[in-house]
Formats: sequence, structure tokens, C-alpha cells
Amino acid sequence: MIELYLFLIFMLVAAIIATEIKDLLAAVISLGAVGFSVAIMFILVQAPDLAIVQIVVEVLTIVIFVAVILKTTHIDETIAEKFSGTQVLATVLYAVFAILFFIAMVRAMNDIPPFGQATMRVAGQYIRLGLPRAGGANLVADVILDFRALDTLGEATVLFTSVIGVVALMRKIGRRQK
Amino acid sequence: MTIFVFCIALFLIGLYAIVTKRNLIKIIIGFALIEYSVNLLFALIGFRRGALAPIITKVHSAHNFVDPIPQALVLTAIVIALGTTAVMLAIALRIYERYKTFDIAKIKKLKG
Amino acid sequence: MKGMSLIVKTITNIMIGFIFLYGVYIILHGHLTPGGGFAGGVIVAGVFVLRYLAFGGSKAGEKKSSITASVFESVGALLFVIIALLGLLIAGVFFFNFLPKGTPLYLLSAGIIPFCNIAIGIKVGAGLFSIFLALAAFKYIMED
Repeated sequence: MIELYLFLIFMLVAAIIATEIKDLLAAVISLGAVGFSVAIMFILVQAPDLAIVQIVVEVLTIVIFVAVILKTTHIDETIAEKFSGTQVLATVLYAVFAILFFIAMVRAMNDIPPFGQATMRVAGQYIRLGLPRAGGANLVADVILDFRALDTLGEATVLFTSVIGVVALMRKIGRRQK
Repeated sequence: MTIFVFCIALFLIGLYAIVTKRNLIKIIIGFALIEYSVNLLFALIGFRRGALAPIITKVHSAHNFVDPIPQALVLTAIVIALGTTAVMLAIALRIYERYKTFDIAKIKKLKG
Repeated sequence: MKGMSLIVKTITNIMIGFIFLYGVYIILHGHLTPGGGFAGGVIVAGVFVLRYLAFGGSKAGEKKSSITASVFESVGALLFVIIALLGLLIAGVFFFNFLPKGTPLYLLSAGIIPFCNIAIGIKVGAGLFSIFLALAAFKYIMED
């Protein structure tokens, strides 16, 4: 399992680069590095469904980001400036919060099952009944489209809303004339 | 447990970008990082050592699979993440069209 | 917008059918192999994005394809809800798997799951392509 840790360290480095670099295109490429590492980790933890979706969604995400950045500007001019007082204050406050949050989360992580030994209380039933009740060989498809289909309906609603939101934000008709 | 802590660290980097950065694109990148970390944490919680991917290949065989429920939850969350990112980018584009900057401090000053 | 160079256009012409076929395969075999409506839908959206990026789009073409994408997205969503309502009508349970299960591990199995996958595939593909079109067509507004 050492490769999981290597990928996680790579992701942390890429994430720090993505937040701190001046060129926004480079930041988006670093974000893509994080996303594709997530896809590889999904394969390593035996989730091929998630890996397929993550790869294709990551490609589309980067295409949309690049389309937006190419139309506007690719320089983050806030990085070069001197730190203002409020920014230093925000960073210090965030550091305090992050340390407290980190300690709390580490304590909370002690209560969930350790890595590699998931308790399968609900899932055991789904695995046993998946083929006889739902009939699909892919148990993830059984869960999202048969046992928990209402989740998927809610997801479809959210996606529909976001499409309507983007189209309404981007349309030209009804905009105020300059 | 160490591997969960790494996911929390990734989450905190994303939150750092949202809270302290002044560039709108950087803030959206922070949201994307948080989404990755949470999705990854879910998939890692459902992992079992020595288990197979939850896909049945023979009808009567031993069922030694990883947990399919977190995978089903994350599967929908990944696509939603793309939708929310697109909405945020659309809002950022409109803001840039109006103020010609991504800096939220300058946007606050340029009212009207 | 004239699109990219001749090499990109030729390669796109050759590959685009195969990628579309792969997306359809992923949607149709969602109940047997990894994949399903979400993954296949995004791949199908990626085909149209690739075509747009390689060949460029005109103002009229964008409007037309954006309307078509909206129609397809609504059709996908409606199909999904109709399948769910048929379950309610036939067995009294929303999203009831009312079709016969068929032989396990064959393409015609799993009742309503393949049909739900097709509906979700249409919906996700058309929805993501219309998101891309709305963000890509923005250049005309900036140039005005």
C-alpha cells in the first residue's frame, strides 16, 4: 500500500502548487494532476467505476477551466503584491483553525474502522441481494439505480439545475444594454 | 488511519485556498480540491484488504467485495462537482466581464 | 472560428466515431461492467466537445446545437422520471424494478437498470455539452 501514500504526497504537493502559483493556467494543470492521481487511487482501491467517471469528468473540467481562462486573463496579479494586514490576519486565523480542525478530525478518525477493514453491515445485504433482486452484475449500478435510485433522481435534479444556471447566466437575451 | 489524515490535509489545503486567496479562479480551484479529498476519503473508507471490485463475474462464487455503497455515493457526487464548478466559473466569467478583474478586493471597491 | 490545424481535423475525423461507440458501449453495458450512464454520458459529451474544439463553431451552429442539447437533456430527464413512475403505476413503488430480470450476466438482464442507464446517459451527455457550449459561446458577447 506504499503507492497510495506516494500518490497522496504527490497530490498534496500538486495542490499546494495549484493554490500558490502565479500563472492560472499552470494552476489548472496542477489541479488536473491532483484529479488524475485521484483516478489512479480509485483503481488502486478497487473502484473501477469511479476511476472511469473521474478521468472523463477531469478532462471536461480542465477543458472548461482553460476555456474560461483563455477568454479572460491567465495572470493571478494578487500573488505578486505585498501581504496586506488583513491577509496576514486571515492566514494566521486560518492556521489556528486548521490546527484545531486537524486535531479534531484525527480524533474523529479513530472512531471509524481502520483502513482496509471496512465494516459491511448494510453493504453485505446489498452484495447478497444484488444479483437476485436487482439482476445487475455491477453492484454499484444495482445500488445507484435500484436500491438507492432516489439518490440518483436527486442527483439528476441537481445537474439539471446547474445546467439551467449556467445557460441562464451566459445567455445574451434580456441582458441590460450598455 | 494515516491515509485518512492525508485526505484531511488535502481538504485543509482546499479550504486554505477558499479562505485566504483573493483570486476567484483560485477560490474555485480550492472548491475542486475539497471535492477530490472528500470523494477520495469515501472510497478509502470502503476499501477492504484483499477484496475485489464489486462486479460479479460468476453467478455462484464467493462474494469477497469492497463496500459498494461509498462508491455509489461518490459516483453521483463526481458529476455534481462538475456541474457546480461550471456554475461557479460562469459567475466568475460574468464578474470578469463587468469589472475586468478576478481580484475580489477590487470587486468590492468597484460598486455600481 | 476556423478550428485547429489539418492534422487535428483529420485525426478527429478518424477517431470521433470510435469514441462515440465506446461511450455507447459503456452506457449499454453499465449493469455488467464498470461504467454506466454517468461515465458513458460524459464520454458522449466529450465527443461533441472534441468536435467543437477541432472544427470550431459558427454563431448559428452554436445556437442550433444548444437548442438540440437542451431538448435531449429534457428528454433524458423525462425518460428517467417516466421509468420511475411506471414502477409506481405497475407495482405501487417508485422506482420498482418491474421488468423481468432475465439471465444474469447477459446484456438483456437487470430489468429497468439498462433503461435507466440510457436515460441518464442522454441526460448527462446533453447537459454537460450544453454547459460547455454556454461557456464557449461567451466569446461573442465579449467581442461585441
